[in-house]
Amino acid sequence: MARIRTTVDGLVYEDDVEPRMLLVQYLRERLGKTGTVIGCDTSNCGACTVHLDGLSVKSCSVLAVQANGSEVLTIEGLERDGQLHPMQQAFHDNHALQCGYCTPGMIMQSIDLLGENPDPSEQEIREGIEGNLCRCTGYQNIVRAVQDAASKMKPGASATADSGAKQTVAGGGA
Amino acid sequence: MIPAQFDYVRPTTVEEAIQALRDGGDDAKLLAGGQSLLPVLRLRMADPSLIIDLGGIPELKGVREEGNEVVVGAMTSHYDVTRDDTLRQHVALIQEATKTVADPQVRHKGTLGGALAHADPAGDLAAPALALDAQFVIAGPSQDGSGTGTRTVGAADFFEDYFTTAIGEGELLTEIRFPKYTGWGARYEKFNRVAQAWSIVAVAATVKVDGGTISDARIGLTNMAGTPVRARAVESALVGQSATEENVRKAAQAAAEGTSPTADADAGSDYREHLARVLTGRAVLAAAG
Repeated sequence: MARIRTTVDGLVYEDDVEPRMLLVQYLRERLGKTGTVIGCDTSNCGACTVHLDGLSVKSCSVLAVQANGSEVLTIEGLERDGQLHPMQQAFHDNHALQCGYCTPGMIMQSIDLLGENPDPSEQEIREGIEGNLCRCTGYQNIVRAVQDAASKMKPGASATADSGAKQTVAGGGA
Repeated sequence: MIPAQFDYVRPTTVEEAIQALRDGGDDAKLLAGGQSLLPVLRLRMADPSLIIDLGGIPELKGVREEGNEVVVGAMTSHYDVTRDDTLRQHVALIQEATKTVADPQVRHKGTLGGALAHADPAGDLAAPALALDAQFVIAGPSQDGSGTGTRTVGAADFFEDYFTTAIGEGELLTEIRFPKYTGWGARYEKFNRVAQAWSIVAVAATVKVDGGTISDARIGLTNMAGTPVRARAVESALVGQSATEENVRKAAQAAAEGTSPTADADAGSDYREHLARVLTGRAVLAAAG
């Protein structure tokens, strides 16, 4: 057993874990954060994407012990005071999902993308989410949702949006 | 699937890591970014008894200039390689190739040294390292066994076979040293079927152009043999030529010389040879442009 201390979605956790425990298992089975899902066994699908110290990773390909001392942000940590993150809202508004299984990873990776590049072209969006597979939508509405979120998350884009909360969770290259 | 059980240590210096390798014996495995090792462990294709995590050793991370070289710590992430200004200025080819590795999540965690030590013939970083004449610094037990020493191996000797490098038992890769190619154009031309797939064939080209004439050229091929291959016949055919499409395409006809590409579900050997010629032409033209 190894002792780890992590901050997950703003709360500090300390746990003894087996070294072989994957970060995604730790999030789901130990912390009950089942919003992050496991899609494949080959590191291809990206459904398990979370942010580790501000950068997106596939949590099935990181050991929980490697996250010791780190900050983890999952899909469950995006909402603020009952308000969806603008990226979550954009996926909802643009019907960017059918079965929804890829959605948590898509949203986490899309937020990371906008952290790197706040105003991506369609091609840049498609390349930015190339590590996330969707087998339902053909990606069209996912790309539209990211474009929509990008326009709303631009600095000064909307005086009504809760821009302070957005910035604290935007992550990406921050 | 989850990995089989193992013990885990996280040394904070290279010396501690070498000691851990000595203690762990044959059954110890080094963990860099884990983007190849974790899938292998999860598929139970390997079940080491000890994992030595190199993630806590600060001296293995970062990029620095040393005279006529740029030195990259083995644990520098792909993400940091793609963003580094020193590499952009002096070793553009390794940066261009790194941008095409896998996907953003993998590039955040995966490392230059880890990818090179894994030595997958379809991996994207070995061919540019070979073309650039990179030097590999390997740390291990000193000759008398009492402490730690280093040795340096050139890229031509580092890659020995499929998934096999010059890194021996009890040793680890600490840094990769690139000569400076300031002002050279660079292009990594990669052919694969779908997003984030491995290269079927790829070509790493960097060229120096003076007044429209190619004065020097270095070309490495990915997945044209068990190790990366230098396309030396193309390099010599290019030198002294003006960088026109006709000249470059003609020189690129020699790209498959001396290669021994595999045949698999993606491509036969002759198709890979064809790809090497076409992609070499494209890569050199883009690098010279």
